[in-house]
Amino acid sequence: MNGWSALDRFLRTDPRDVGCAEAMDLLHVYAELAAAGAAAAERYPGIAAHLRACGPCGEDFDGLLAAVRGAAD
Amino acid sequence: MMPGDAAAGGITPPADLDADSATWVRSLTGPAEQREAGLARLHAMLLRIAHSELRRRSGQLRITGPELDDLAYQAAADALLAIMAKVGQFRGESRFTTWAYKFVIFEVSAKAGRHFWVNPPVPMDAEDWDRLPDRFGLEPAREAERRELAGAVRRAVDEQLTPRQRQVFVAIVLDGVPLDALAVKLGSTRNAIYKTMFDARRKLRAALAANGYLDDQTSRRT
Repeated sequence: MNGWSALDRFLRTDPRDVGCAEAMDLLHVYAELAAAGAAAAERYPGIAAHLRACGPCGEDFDGLLAAVRGAAD
Repeated sequence: MMPGDAAAGGITPPADLDADSATWVRSLTGPAEQREAGLARLHAMLLRIAHSELRRRSGQLRITGPELDDLAYQAAADALLAIMAKVGQFRGESRFTTWAYKFVIFEVSAKAGRHFWVNPPVPMDAEDWDRLPDRFGLEPAREAERRELAGAVRRAVDEQLTPRQRQVFVAIVLDGVPLDALAVKLGSTRNAIYKTMFDARRKLRAALAANGYLDDQTSRRT
């Protein structure tokens, strides 16, 4: 991996990014759509942008998705 | 006061709830005997999710054995209280269980953030810029490129960031402090630290682009 391109990727910000508070507020809705195979990112592009950039919220989303999928198994 | 007292009083679930969610809401807000059974069922579910989430995160957490079990119990207990305080606000945007899982996942995150400081791997005041190239995957053999990248970013940090933005950038990027752990340390919130870092990233990228290190395209939409 090129260090500059990795740095560039890290520093780029998406103006659609809604931030942690809004993403956390709607995470259950987003996760359920994602678990159902619905177009969660298209419906909530600001949350999708946030989850790509925010490690902790992305981790929470992964955990919630695993829980939803595990319960459905 | 037992969990649920604040929520008791016969809350009528929204009419369009799915049957399972409506059953949950009725059981958690109904008469005492029914509520106790609901609370026990909810606690068992939250504890199961807390355990599985801690297992899923075990690679990042330096916690094992009884301590891990304690953390799971604490997360489940705190999530239970938070859910019972808000069950009257549940409007059925998702299934009740998905909504409830969210509380316990957030509790696991918060507790992992606090636990980081029990035995932090690096001191927070160690501002070691030599670590920066490693953070972005530059191999030790590429010495000249490593020096250039670290020097350019350090100059941009010194010239562009506020003291708070600099503190957050150094802690997260150089010291590798997880964002939630940093929020605990600074008495802040995840949202506030993320926003500080977001603004710092935007300023640093603009400065590095202006100095020819990065291309000057506006933020890429992926």
